Order: sequence, then structure tokens, then C-alpha cells
Amino acid sequence: MGSRASSLLREEDIEEIKKETGFSHSQITRLYSRFHSLDKGENGALSREDFQRIPELAINPLGDRIINAFFPEGEDQVNFRGFMKTLAHFRPVEDNEKNKGLSSGEPLNSRMNKLLFAFRLYDLDRDDKISRDELLQVLRMMVGVNISDEQLGSIADRTIQEADTNGDMCISFSEFTKVLEKVDVEQKMSIRFLH
Amino acid sequence: MESYLFPFDSLICMLLGISFTVWCTLLLVFIIVPAILGVSFGIRRLYMKSLLKLFEWATLRMERGAKEKNQHLYKPNSNGIIAKEPASLEQEIQELRRSGGGSEPEFDMSDIFYFCRKGVESIVDDEVTKRFSAEELESWNLLTRSNYNSQHISTRLTVLWGAGVLIRYGFLLPLRVTLAFTGVGLLVVLTSIIGLLPNGRTKNYLSEKVHLMCYRICVRALTAIITYHDSENKPKNGGICVANHTSPIDVIILASDGCYAMVGQVHGGLMGVIQKAMVKACPHIWFERSEVKDRHLVAKRLSDHVADESKLPILIFPEGTCINNTSVMMFKKGSFEIGCTVYPVAIKYDPRFGDAFWNSSTFGMVNYLLHMMSSWAIVCSVWYLPPMSRMEGEDAVQFANRVKAAIARKGGLADLLWDGGLKRGKVKEVFKEEQQKLYSKVLVGSGEDRSRS
Repeated sequence: MGSRASSLLREEDIEEIKKETGFSHSQITRLYSRFHSLDKGENGALSREDFQRIPELAINPLGDRIINAFFPEGEDQVNFRGFMKTLAHFRPVEDNEKNKGLSSGEPLNSRMNKLLFAFRLYDLDRDDKISRDELLQVLRMMVGVNISDEQLGSIADRTIQEADTNGDMCISFSEFTKVLEKVDVEQKMSIRFLH
Repeated sequence: MESYLFPFDSLICMLLGISFTVWCTLLLVFIIVPAILGVSFGIRRLYMKSLLKLFEWATLRMERGAKEKNQHLYKPNSNGIIAKEPASLEQEIQELRRSGGGSEPEFDMSDIFYFCRKGVESIVDDEVTKRFSAEELESWNLLTRSNYNSQHISTRLTVLWGAGVLIRYGFLLPLRVTLAFTGVGLLVVLTSIIGLLPNGRTKNYLSEKVHLMCYRICVRALTAIITYHDSENKPKNGGICVANHTSPIDVIILASDGCYAMVGQVHGGLMGVIQKAMVKACPHIWFERSEVKDRHLVAKRLSDHVADESKLPILIFPEGTCINNTSVMMFKKGSFEIGCTVYPVAIKYDPRFGDAFWNSSTFGMVNYLLHMMSSWAIVCSVWYLPPMSRMEGEDAVQFANRVKAAIARKGGLADLLWDGGLKRGKVKEVFKEEQQKLYSKVLVGSGEDRSRS
């Protein structure tokens, strides 16, 4: 509940998160309230079960992969900082105009970082390549039982053929970026956060 | 020694006796007699208006205090954290592919963006989980439980809050508990007495009067200020009354304005005693725990009751669980299969005075009642909607959804298709399979077009 939540977040923490992610003060407090309401165990961190309790996420075919993206390598808990850093990928790029000069280096919501987020949803073993198997796995998650193995296999083969430029039968991050260069990633991977 | 204590002793006894008598007389005149006769002095409405002014003042003070310290006030935004676009899966994926240019392929690596964004949107703000916790308020109502800005309270506000606590726990709470006991006690005793009478018009008439009186006392025990709208649509015999469910108090609110036959499981303890007494005076439908699972038995007993014109309308809450009064969730179709007239009722609580939602995973029943009785008041509006019946070619689920939409519209609540059972249970796999099927159609559909060209 919102009652105790905002008082647990200190001003210094809010300033740091603001610098790191570019969210505004009110957005951070409201997202903290949301984080707190998801945290049923009240231990300041979210586990995978906490995410799976959201029905709309549980019915999303890629739900498990998206949940995974929040957790750093090998960890089972994500704290508020980590939560905000992952959400920051979905900030609209236009908002950066207002916060110029605040962040150093590549902002978390740049086109490249948005593409990297999507790439990592495919690349489960984090070897910076999407193999045929990994592509098949994601396809299978998205279609369920409605398409046969052969058809799915040919879809995967065709996709790799079209994207693969160096002939290693895998899609690297640069090949991934090239295939999607005309797609409006900035808009499609952004969420309109209200101020 | 004893000689000079004696006058003090009798003085104290006299004072206690006088205050007790005064107390009881006030109680009787201002609360119990009006409850019996069904009239109101209007004291509660005056109380409500003055409280509202107080809350607005308190919020302004907090805002001023925050500005002085140059800090931000936490303001819960009832419009939500994000703005969502209500486009369907097919539309969005076609858009994604079109922006990529070129001919429409079967599968595009950018398809994943749709699911990704939808997933993260639901993590930030989803329609379901927020219905199972109390609604956040825009202004502060001087209750600790709804305060989000404890660091911005000035001394004056603290004093006011302290006075509030004293009044609520020192005066209102004992008053309300006394009334509650009186109400319940009278209900049990009087219905048992009426149960001794032979069945007939006198019995029904007396039972009605007794039920109404006791529920009215309970309403005053909660300081509930209820506004009834459209009373010409009140449920009649031989029908079923359905309403949205926020708390067990819903029953008291509806039953203090009309007589209903209750449906429920037989409980033990105090509830069980009340149930047994009530059923002596007029026929309510109580099920044993074992009978609840048998849907045919339940349906049969309900239809038998409804078929008997002399019996009171049945009161049912089809959501099956308490929701936080910002939305109406899926109605279980059982009560809509019986095939009689349905009288929908919408109940909307005003959250500024006290949050009526019963979060059964956080509070037990006794804790909840104490919370209720130590709030300022419970203010709500009840709308009686015109009766509805199942139309030709409509099945029970469609009928249930139609009634639900009408209730949601009247009460100003969000109309959701999600099951209230998600409070405790997991969502069914079948919904994920539906999403997968939709996406497969997009893939295979364009595949068919390809093979034709």
C-alpha cells in the first residue's frame, strides 16, 4: 500500500536514480509505490513469483523472458534500483531533451540500448549470438501449439538466412541492428510515463 | 476511615448512575427510536459535511508545509502511471512490420517488441492487482492508515489528528460497539421469539419489521450515511438481487432498506447463532459446507425459493469475493442460469471517510470491523437499477456480462473481465493460449497470402 512506501525512499536515493535513469521525481515516487505493492514479502526486493502474480504478465507468451530481463546474472532478487534501471530502457527518447546534461555516456533509453534489451530476450545464454535453437525457442513460446515443428523450423531458417551476413548461421547484435534499421524502435519500445 | 470515604463513595455512585442514565436516554432517543421508526434527524449528514471541510483544510496545510520545505508531496494519480494504447495484437504487429518497410514477411524479428512492451506495461500498471488493495486518496482524511506524507505534518495538524484519534477511539468506538451489540442481540432474541409464531401474514409482517429495525441499528453502529437512488426499482418477491461486493457491510446496507433472503454457508460460533435465529423468522438459504460444492443442489434450492412468490428476493454477490470498489470483476454465471428476473444494484462507497474494502488476506473479520468502527463514517450510494431478464438467444455468461456492465456504468466503476478469484489463485493457462493463437494467425495468415502470390 502507498501509506508507508514513499517515506521509505530517501531524497538522496531519488536524486541518484534520477541521474541514472532520467525519470522525474514524481515518476520515481509513484513507481516506488508500485514496486512496494508488488513486493508481497515486504523485504525491499522482488522475486520472480512477485512478477508472476500479475495476471496480464502471466498470460503474455514472453512473460518469463521479460521477467528474466529484470534479474541480473544468477540472482533471484531485484531491488528498486535494478527495477528502475530496467524500466528506464522504456523511457521515450524525446524525454531526454528535457534532461540534457544529466546523464553521462549512453542513456539507458537510447536506440541501441532498447535494441540490446530486445536482443537479450532472444539470446538466452548471453553469448552475443542468436542461434537457430534460441530463435526456435522464442518462436515456440510466441505461437504455442498452433504451428507445426517443420513450419516453425522453416520460418526460423528463412529469418536467419535474411539476416545473416557473415555466414555463421547465427545472428549477431550488429546483424540484428541492421535488419531492424528501418523500424521505429524508439517509439515501439517506449512507454508513455505520465508526469 | 470508612466514615469519610462513605460520602465520596455515594457521590461517585450517584454520578455514575446519572451519567449512565443520560447516556442511555440519549442513545435511545437519538439512535434507537429513529431506527425503529425508520426516520432520521439528519445529524449524520451534518457530521459528514463538517468532516469534508476539515479534510480539505488538512490537505491544504500539508501542501503548504511541503512547499515551505521545498519538497515534493506524494500525490497518488488516479489517472495511472502510464498512458496505454488500446490497440489489438494484429493491429500493432502489422504497424510494426509496415514501419520496417518492404514486403510483409511471415515473421519479423521486430514482432517481439509488441510482447515486450505489453509485458513491461503490465509490470508498471496492470488492471487486476491494484483492485485488491485499498484505493489511494487524493486528500488526507486524518487517519494514519491513509497518510502518505508523514514528514509534512505541522504541529497544528498533529494536534488535530490527536484530537481525531481521541474522538474516534474514545467516544465513537465504544458508542458504536454498544450499538452493534444491541442490534445483533435484538436480532437474535426477537427473531427467535417470532419463530414461535405460526406461519402466516402476521409472522411475515413482524419478521420484516424486526429485521429492518435491527439492521438500521447496525447501520447507525457503523455511522453509515447511505443515499438510496431510484427506490422504485427495489427488488420484489420471486427475483434475485445482484450487487457488486466490497465488504460484508454491503449486506447490512442493502438489508436496512428492504427485506431479502440471504444466501450463504453455515458458519460456527456467533455467525452460526445469528444465522439459526434469522432462519426461524423467515426463510433464508443456508448451505452446509459439503453442499456448497454441488452446483446442481445449489441451483435447485435457489430456483425453488424463487418460484415461491411469497418468499423474499434472494441477495447474491456474483463476484464471489471482495473487490476494492474501483471496478466490477467477472460475475459467476450460477445465479444467472436460474431464469428469473434479476434486480441489479450498484453500491459505491465514498473513500474519503473510511475505506470499506475488506482485504481478507491482511485483516481478519474482527480486525476489519474494528477498523470500520473507528473510521469517521461510512458514506455510500446505492442505486437500484431497473430489472433485467435473460433475452432470447443470450446465454448465462452474456447475460451476466450485460448486468455487470450496467452496474459498472451506474456506479462509475471500471468494468473488467478478469475473475475476482485472481486475488488468491493463478490465472488460467487458457488465456495465454488465446494470445498465442492470435499471434499464430498473424504468422500463418500472411503465409497463406504468400503462397497464393
